[in-house]
Amino acid sequence: MKFDKYEWTAISIMVSLFILVGFIQGWSVSLVILNMCIISAIMTMGVNISWGYAGVINFGVMGFLAMGGLAAVLVSYPPIKEAWQVGGSGLGISFILLIVLVTAVFFITKLVEKKSHKYWLNGLVILFGLIIIRYFFLNATAKIEEVDPALAGFLGGANLPIIFSWVVGGFFAGGVAFVIGKVALGLRSDYLAIVTLGISEIVVSVLKHEEWLSRGVKNVIGLKRPVPYEINLQNSEWFINIVTWFNSSKLNNIIDPEKKQEVLTNLIIDGSGIFVKLNYALLFFIVMIVIYYFANKAQISPWGRMMRAIRDNEVSANAMGKDIVKQHLIIFVIGAAIVGVAGAMLVTLDGLFTPSGYRPLRFTFIIWIMVIVGGSGNNLGAIFGGFVIWFAWIEVAPLTTFLIEVFTSGMDPQNAIRLHLLDSVPYFRYLLMGMVLLLILRYRPKGIIPEKVRHS
Amino acid sequence: MISLEGINLTAGYGGVDIIKDINLQIKQGEIAVIVGPNGAGKSTAMKALLGMLKLSNGSVKFAQDDITSMLPQDRVNLGIAFVPQTQNVFTGMSVEENLEMGGFIRDDNISLTIEDIYNLFPILKEKRNQNAGELSGGQRQQVAFGRALMTKPKILMLDEPTAGVSPIVMDELFSRIIEVGKTGVGILMVEQNAKQALNIADRGYVLVNGKNSREGSGQDLLNNPEVRKSFLGG
Amino acid sequence: MIDFINSIVVLLNFVIIPGLSYGSQLALGALGVTFVYAVLRFANFAHGELMSFGAMITILFTWFFQSQNIGLGLLPTAIIALPFGILATIILGLLSDKFVFKYYRKQKSVPVVLAMVSIGVMFVVNAIIRIVVGTETIKFSDGQKFIMKAKQFKAMTGLNEGLALKSSQVITILITILLLTFTFWFLQKTKTGKSMRAFSDNEDLALLSGINPDRVVFITWLIVGTLACVAGTLYGLDKSYKPIIYLNLVLPVFASAIVGGIGSPFGAVVGGYVIAFSEIMVTYAYKKFFKYLLPESLEPSSLVQLLSTDYKFAVSFTILVIVLLIRPSGIFKGKVL
Repeated sequence: MKFDKYEWTAISIMVSLFILVGFIQGWSVSLVILNMCIISAIMTMGVNISWGYAGVINFGVMGFLAMGGLAAVLVSYPPIKEAWQVGGSGLGISFILLIVLVTAVFFITKLVEKKSHKYWLNGLVILFGLIIIRYFFLNATAKIEEVDPALAGFLGGANLPIIFSWVVGGFFAGGVAFVIGKVALGLRSDYLAIVTLGISEIVVSVLKHEEWLSRGVKNVIGLKRPVPYEINLQNSEWFINIVTWFNSSKLNNIIDPEKKQEVLTNLIIDGSGIFVKLNYALLFFIVMIVIYYFANKAQISPWGRMMRAIRDNEVSANAMGKDIVKQHLIIFVIGAAIVGVAGAMLVTLDGLFTPSGYRPLRFTFIIWIMVIVGGSGNNLGAIFGGFVIWFAWIEVAPLTTFLIEVFTSGMDPQNAIRLHLLDSVPYFRYLLMGMVLLLILRYRPKGIIPEKVRHS
Repeated sequence: MISLEGINLTAGYGGVDIIKDINLQIKQGEIAVIVGPNGAGKSTAMKALLGMLKLSNGSVKFAQDDITSMLPQDRVNLGIAFVPQTQNVFTGMSVEENLEMGGFIRDDNISLTIEDIYNLFPILKEKRNQNAGELSGGQRQQVAFGRALMTKPKILMLDEPTAGVSPIVMDELFSRIIEVGKTGVGILMVEQNAKQALNIADRGYVLVNGKNSREGSGQDLLNNPEVRKSFLGG
Repeated sequence: MIDFINSIVVLLNFVIIPGLSYGSQLALGALGVTFVYAVLRFANFAHGELMSFGAMITILFTWFFQSQNIGLGLLPTAIIALPFGILATIILGLLSDKFVFKYYRKQKSVPVVLAMVSIGVMFVVNAIIRIVVGTETIKFSDGQKFIMKAKQFKAMTGLNEGLALKSSQVITILITILLLTFTFWFLQKTKTGKSMRAFSDNEDLALLSGINPDRVVFITWLIVGTLACVAGTLYGLDKSYKPIIYLNLVLPVFASAIVGGIGSPFGAVVGGYVIAFSEIMVTYAYKKFFKYLLPESLEPSSLVQLLSTDYKFAVSFTILVIVLLIRPSGIFKGKVL
């Protein structure tokens, strides 16, 4: 990985921003932002792979993110045995029936010759099949949801370390993407955009309302962490020793032992928080670097070259006998899987899964702004876009407050306009996002770190 | 007498000049034809005259005025009409609406001109309420021709008006073109069917490799042994 | 027999009339999307916000008129405020065109780029709306709420079931009929309308016929602004105004336009009703309906609901996917006006 001067500048800007925030707002704040920035960067790389490499639009980001989140729950949550006992068999039956139905439809499509017969027969089979399946399914899910609704009411998960879910999340999202891609790829790109957006809306509403699976709007809380808990750290000898050593000069200056102990306790509490966040940051960073490494490898491989050829000239690529739809499907699934990984990481970081938090229309485009601002087709650009935009998303509120204070300093502090503006601070970030997108598209359409033209 | 004149036209696509130093002239009441082998730049020359291509050299004059830098849609107002080779009708609109759109720039009563065109192409009257997209190839060409005539042009340019129509329809179209020419409209055609075209032409231009190769009256060119040998098929 | 009438009244009250009014709102919205698509040739993601903006301005003027004690008595004040909302929406549309879309049109950018750009516009308008009126739910319908209350209907007919007719529903349906008639008359019968169809059909040929593209674009925004503002205001009158709801409204609106065949005005209208009715019919609990129709022994014990109302949004997209699978160009082959 060799960076040119321009890219080093971008990297140093990112690093110095976090150092700056660390000094001004504290290291804890800086690390919170950093962790989200890394997750955003991974999502952005996912979108960038399908859009930047192959020109396949993917507005289904939120759906894939939510699938990743579901994976985190299903992998790490302990199974709820009672729920399995009351509902497991019913679910099993409906699952088997579903397979029977799909097989039946498959054979009807294959064997029945006449087209109109095919449609009618399929329609009938699907209708009655669904009615029967629905009966078993609703019975089972109702029973599951009755099991201790305040604490459980769903099947639970596999009780494995949550870190496994980062891989599983990729598979979940990739699987859903495969189905979507099979249906929708091949549509014109603006149709594809709307269809993927709509399907992500469907995925999210399923997760929101199928309580037996995801606990729905009741949320899943208290997921196990892959990193230590603050409270354990604060009580462990080695951590206290590290903090003492780290701050030895500061502590040595305090003579009063009681005061010294107080300062140390505070330092340990702060330190434990930062240590946990650092752990997350380290784990996330490793994932980001691994994905970055492989994404870059793929881009310069013959496969990446073929993708670019398809993107830049579908007609001639078609003439060369490349199966475009198949290639598009592959890259769509890969991109979605990476978003799914980010989704699992996001839930891991939060320790909770809240399906109603995934709002396609609100957040999908933020990710897209990251891609476009960073520079579509460039992985470092994607990371940069993810970092910068998330950073702006968080920091624009204090900055706007500050600016409004400055501009209205001449007004009476109780002036209605001034108060209204201060109330509206959270909405200025949408204004900023819109303006950034418009300005970049107009004056730097290839993004801040453009795709490198490779002659090969 | 008004004429449209292209002087030393040099133009092409993407920096490559396809036509070089071509001179063309169409006078009102005359039929002029551009013929030549495939890839000689016939259509390009016509598009250069219309302003649909940026000239790298040369100028276009209409009735002694220099119109080189005028947009094609503004040339319409001067009385220069064009029938493209393909996509030359509004497929989603009825035949009559196509004609009305042809007369869009006119503020006077267009219904008389529509009647004239129905007289010229009786089949169009029959199909007046049918969508142009549902018509046969020959009928579409008639609609396209009619749409251009609706502007009451002084100069009319036709890009391969008989491409892809049957020989019977082709003869029919040529006789209509003569009729229109007699009303005082200057006509410039690009044609693959060089023999028939030169037959009705007052003036013919032969283009080869993007350059003027020969010009003269239609009959002269037809009788010229070299022209006959090179692409009229003996 | 009475049972049969009762069951029909149930359907009318809970499915058909709400479906008609919601469908009208979607139809007007989808028509706007289709106009932009057919003439300016891109999918305008900002259309939902345009509707929202129009409704917001109408609300602001409604408040102003209410404070001045100007009203229409039985009718909602919003109707006098509507023209001001329309004007503001048109201006917003024209400004967005002048400062944003025009540049890309001249560059002949691909439609996806324009769609991205429209997302930028969506964000900006969204921010403006929130900065001006915040995010809370606003109810602004005044005047007489019901033309006919369920109770009155019961008393009048002696039936068990009531039929309520909200004035907002009647206003929605009437205004929609008016506006649609005008739009189709304009497109089919006037010279300007025909020139718009010609432009959307074949841009190059329209230019060769001397049709002025800037004028076509201008008129497109006049129509789009009007449709968007009316659709947004009617939706708000019927339900209530809330920025986040309007943000999401762009999804069923787009679904309607595409299902009908994007670019086809007639298709957009049909699509609007198809989406509205499927949303309502799939999520309606038919228990009451069947109670009247079936003998007591067969009476359903469950709600007889295909999907829970939670899936309202999902329905429109499921319909969209099914339609695109069977007929990728929509019900009425779209593309041109």
